[in-house]
Amino acid sequence: MGDTIASLRIGESGIIEDFSLDVIPLCLLEMGCLPGKEVSLIQIAPLKDPLYIKVNGSHLAIRKEMADLINITKL
Amino acid sequence: MKNNAVLNVALVGNPNTGKTSLFNQLTGLKQKVGNYPGITVDKKHGKCKISDELTAEIVDLPGTYSINPQTLDETIVLETLLNTNNESYPDAVIVVAEVENLKRNLLLFSQIKDLQIPTILAINMSDQMERKGIDIDIAALKTALKTEIVLISSRKNKGIDILKNELANYKNWNTETLANISTKIDAKYFKELETTFLENSLYKSWLLITQQEYCLFLTEEQNNKINAFKTDIEKIKKYQHKETIFRYQRINEILKTTYKIDKSKATDLRSKLDSVLTHKIWGYVIFAVVLLLIFQSIFEWASFPMDLIDSVFANLSELAKTNLPEGVFTNLIAEGIIPGIGGVLIFIPQIAILFLFISLLEETGYMSRVVFLMDKIMRKFGMSGKSIIPLISGTACAIPAIMASRNISNWKERLITILVVPFTTCSARLPVYAILIALIIPSKRVFGIFNLQGLTLMALYLLGFTAAICSAILLNNILKVKSKSFFIIEMPNYKVPSIKNVFYEVVEKTKAFILGAGKIILALSIVLWFLASNGTSAYKNAEKYVPTLEENSNLDTEALQKKIASYKLENSYIGTMGKFIEPVIEPLGYDWKIGIALISSFAAREVFVGALATIYSVESEGEDVGTIKERMGAEINTKTGLKRFNFATGMSLLLFYAFAMQCIGTLAIVKRETKSWKWPILQLSGMGALAYIAAFIAYNILK
Ligand SMILES: Nc1nc2c(ncn2[C@@H]2O[C@H](COP(=O)(O)OP(=O)(O)OP(=O)(O)O)[C@@H](O)[C@H]2O)c(=O)[nH]1
Ligand SMILES: [Mg+2]
Repeated sequence: MGDTIASLRIGESGIIEDFSLDVIPLCLLEMGCLPGKEVSLIQIAPLKDPLYIKVNGSHLAIRKEMADLINITKL
Repeated sequence: MKNNAVLNVALVGNPNTGKTSLFNQLTGLKQKVGNYPGITVDKKHGKCKISDELTAEIVDLPGTYSINPQTLDETIVLETLLNTNNESYPDAVIVVAEVENLKRNLLLFSQIKDLQIPTILAINMSDQMERKGIDIDIAALKTALKTEIVLISSRKNKGIDILKNELANYKNWNTETLANISTKIDAKYFKELETTFLENSLYKSWLLITQQEYCLFLTEEQNNKINAFKTDIEKIKKYQHKETIFRYQRINEILKTTYKIDKSKATDLRSKLDSVLTHKIWGYVIFAVVLLLIFQSIFEWASFPMDLIDSVFANLSELAKTNLPEGVFTNLIAEGIIPGIGGVLIFIPQIAILFLFISLLEETGYMSRVVFLMDKIMRKFGMSGKSIIPLISGTACAIPAIMASRNISNWKERLITILVVPFTTCSARLPVYAILIALIIPSKRVFGIFNLQGLTLMALYLLGFTAAICSAILLNNILKVKSKSFFIIEMPNYKVPSIKNVFYEVVEKTKAFILGAGKIILALSIVLWFLASNGTSAYKNAEKYVPTLEENSNLDTEALQKKIASYKLENSYIGTMGKFIEPVIEPLGYDWKIGIALISSFAAREVFVGALATIYSVESEGEDVGTIKERMGAEINTKTGLKRFNFATGMSLLLFYAFAMQCIGTLAIVKRETKSWKWPILQLSGMGALAYIAAFIAYNILK
């Protein structure tokens, strides 16, 4: 398995890979989390969850379980 | 009831883009505004004069990222835009976007535009453009998006008039679609869809297919037609994804040439603040300090104005007594109603300060950081980070707090939040706590700085939170509710709070508190007074009967009058009722008068003091008995001969009020939000049982 958003460290970023459409909820796409976009990890909450990311201009907090579904290529 | 000259206008947009701010500007109303996605959770109507001939009925809607809803508040938007029979179905839509996140905002715009309802794009927060180095080629964007665009700033009241002028012209707006989804995805499927539902725009038909479960307005025939298109759910899901990607592609193309941002102007204030406020250690330390600061100031700053209000009401009572004709009715006013209302009004300073802080926290953008910090912890209790907002605002009032849970997408997390919020110490408990604490806890300093009474109050707040958390853990283990959940929350940029917004929030909320409580107290005092000064035959014959009793044979007239008065009260309607329930509450250390106050409190807790004041004022029959606190302090337990409000009874009452669900308003909201009587009944009985047991134990240990 390659890298996912959850494997980023604070300050690192990556490019979202093409993902399988049935695991990613539509709402994440609608918030701008699209294949080919850069995603960077801004902060991890104290108990390692949730993650605070910036993607495609949006600043979002998502839970780790969801971040784990999104494959990326680290930059 | 549609009048030709009234135009229905809906405000639609992403959360936190300033829809409500615009609504307030247009209508002159003062709905709640805050820098947190999900402040508005219900639709609100208001009128706006567009021109001499035309008035608009403006509808403010909850924010949503897409027309495909994830949470309950977002379904309201879908319902409003799809159901043509809905009373607020819009003639025109204003999509409120925000300069900084224009790309994501345009996704929703493109969806609305494809519904082919007349739509205009209002780009809000234009005051931020220069500072952020944003430049938009409006003319080119208008052509590309096939729409009218107005740059506005609802905080600075800029561009609002231009928007109104445009509205007057809504019939001439371009209603072409923006993204032709059909050809890009599956031409054949969509062609068929289009011909089956000729009466709808293609995108609307597509939404009926994908969001059928939320479209409760459909007829059976329509549903059957729709089902024919839903044979392959997987395919539909795939098409939805494709549609979103396609929309973003279009938007990217358009913005590439029309939207420029000068990165050199970007400040990193946001990241600097975030690195401290969401830090593993500092984040929590700061949150704890903020909470402490709020509590501290509620008690410190409020004491002076509270004393002031107290003395005003004491004088008012006095004034009523000396100026009104003597009699029982004057007593009711001077000793029942005035102290009852005063007992609540005295909390204006504390409540105003509480609202001030909550409103400041919301306006700065800090709330979302708290949600982020607390999510993992709250999840252990079966709730979500977003539950923090209801739990904090529940310290003001549980009703808006329960409404605020609407943007929690997971049903189980939301249900648990709704069920436990009433444990948090709401402002209606304050008057009860305050008078009981003043009676049973000495005003001593401990450790040099803390006041013992203040500490007790603090402990009661903590008790409320602890009860909420413990019952959440319990419910989390018991409730077997399956629900999928996505936790996504936008982290808004920090903002300097708008003084005006904060001010209005404090004034409006405080006003609502006073008027609400005032009305109930007034009404209940009158009812109680009536029930206390009328009764059956025993009541009417009291004057004759009491003097004939042997035990009373050698009393002087004054003492005899007292006996008669209390005999009358006991045999009045209210006394009869009170005596009836007395056996149930006696084990908790209460007499029937407290029992009546307790029952009256089911309308609203803050009635407690007023109810006691009314009952005592009837009993004293015009004699001066001093303030309600003095009167309570003087009350004797006839069985033990000791003070009625001693430490044991006081503690028992405090615990009872901390746990019991005594608020009809909250029960009604819970019924509405959960769509079932099961949950409010569970709350009423569960919290009631806990209150009874806790009060029973406390009284029997302490007595
Ligand atoms: N700088 C600036 N801030 C604004 C402007 N309009 C609104 N705001 C701020 O933006 C925040 C969100 O405003 P709201 O009006 O509550 O936004 P909303 O779209 O109703 O939000 P939800 O109800 O949560 O969907 C508040 O902090 C406002 O003070 C503006 O024109 N300029
Ligand atoms: Mg709003």
